[in-house]
Amino acid sequence: MKRTSLVVLFFAILIGLWEWAFHAKIWSPVLVPAPEQVAEYLKTTATDGTLLRATAITMRRLLIGYVIGLIGGLPLGLLTARWKVFHDTIGTLALGLQTLPSVCWVPLALLWFGQTEAAMLFVVVMGTLWSVVIATDTGVRHVPPIYPRAALTMGSKRLHIWLKVILPAALPFIVSGMKQGWAFAWRSLMAAEIFVTILTGFGLGQLLHYGRELSAMEQVIGVMLVIIIIGLLADKILFSPVERFLHRRWGTNP
Amino acid sequence: MRFGHKTGSVTEELALVSPSKLSIEKVSKSFRSRAGTVLALHQVSLNVAEAEFVCIVGASGCGKSTLLNIIAGLEKPDSGTVLADGKPVTGPGRERLVMFQEPALFPWLDVMGNILFGLKLKPNLTKKDRRDVAKYYLELVELTRFERANIHELSGGMKQRVALARALAPNPRVLLMDEPFAALDALTREQLYGDLQRIWKSRRKTIVFVTHNVREAVCLGDRVLLFSPHPGRVQEEFVIDLPRPRDLNSVELATYASRITQALKSGVKPEAVTAK
Repeated sequence: MKRTSLVVLFFAILIGLWEWAFHAKIWSPVLVPAPEQVAEYLKTTATDGTLLRATAITMRRLLIGYVIGLIGGLPLGLLTARWKVFHDTIGTLALGLQTLPSVCWVPLALLWFGQTEAAMLFVVVMGTLWSVVIATDTGVRHVPPIYPRAALTMGSKRLHIWLKVILPAALPFIVSGMKQGWAFAWRSLMAAEIFVTILTGFGLGQLLHYGRELSAMEQVIGVMLVIIIIGLLADKILFSPVERFLHRRWGTNP
Repeated sequence: MRFGHKTGSVTEELALVSPSKLSIEKVSKSFRSRAGTVLALHQVSLNVAEAEFVCIVGASGCGKSTLLNIIAGLEKPDSGTVLADGKPVTGPGRERLVMFQEPALFPWLDVMGNILFGLKLKPNLTKKDRRDVAKYYLELVELTRFERANIHELSGGMKQRVALARALAPNPRVLLMDEPFAALDALTREQLYGDLQRIWKSRRKTIVFVTHNVREAVCLGDRVLLFSPHPGRVQEEFVIDLPRPRDLNSVELATYASRITQALKSGVKPEAVTAK
């Protein structure tokens, strides 16, 4: 209770400072709009559906691309962990491509797919895939050999060992890889949306971009706030429960 | 009707199975290492009777763990065979369950989940059957209250109790134990000796127990086999003729232990001769 009120107080002070800076006219009101102007923008766009549509389009790109990245990355990671030949080939490729900031895929995606959904999906998939491959590979390699040995004596066989022993044992690594993949995908998607007009749909990034074009600072800040909130919610909804479970089960400190 | 069937299979599952007779015939095994080929086991032969408790004692690196892994089917011998009830062992299986030095419990499962792991691999059991069987073994190791606990919340001794329950749950004929108590403190260990003897008596298993602790071996075993290294082989055999349950601190036990320790020490010398 005390913690919550402290958090509320902190943000109230932050907004208060902002309000004060606006009224003190330190900067031009075009560059620093009042908090209520931003709130007004968010209210209007929320009621007329602009914000919701943009959010839906962005989230759709992100989620579909992310799921494709996961579905591809997990088995690839298992392959590279299991067979040396895949580790030396696909594993090396994954390591190389993971060091590439995923926004670097944007020019290539635009040339290949044009200003379409496919280009956006491609960028998100590239952001997710390699992180998941590498995390799965590392996770599987870190599984203590005694676990599969113990499972073998209990009558567990190949596929069963992979599904019921190695995969869950590697879970802490896999989840952190999934989290990293999510972060890469989210950042690269935003970058792509800001710099390229995608003809097939208007996402949050475009909304941010047009805020700049129109010098509408309340729009820029408003959309930024929405992007922050989505990031926070994703963390709280998608990852926090899993991480809490992992910490509780494994006894690791959060 | 269905209920009757369920209770029937739980009783069946918990019924005593006949413990196996093991015969190890001229088993040899060598490993390649940087120092060259090391002969871990050389023509080792031994028999273990049904429901016998045999302890294998030896210094570390004498091949006793290798022998245990071969009996388990986790490793293949270079030559020789292991027969369980006359049938050759070709791979690991739940007839011969292993308890390792580290508990090897799965941290992603709770206590119940760990004990259920082996049971889930047994066909013809309903979900309720498995739970009932698991609960029976939890009670046997006196951990009923910890059914839902996470592995990291347990003490070392409790972990090994769970590991014992997990190994017992699929009702194996043989229990292979690889220094299971080596990492525990003396008090906990002593308590577990008592528990293990009690459980062995009630569940009737053939047990092969590997240790480097002579007193532990004397406390637990019907027979103690002294292993000597380079190459690993049975150097001497001691029949422990003491009533059970045995007290680790009794004079009789200490007498046996000192005899075996003497032999263990004398066994170090000829090693230099054979290794030439």
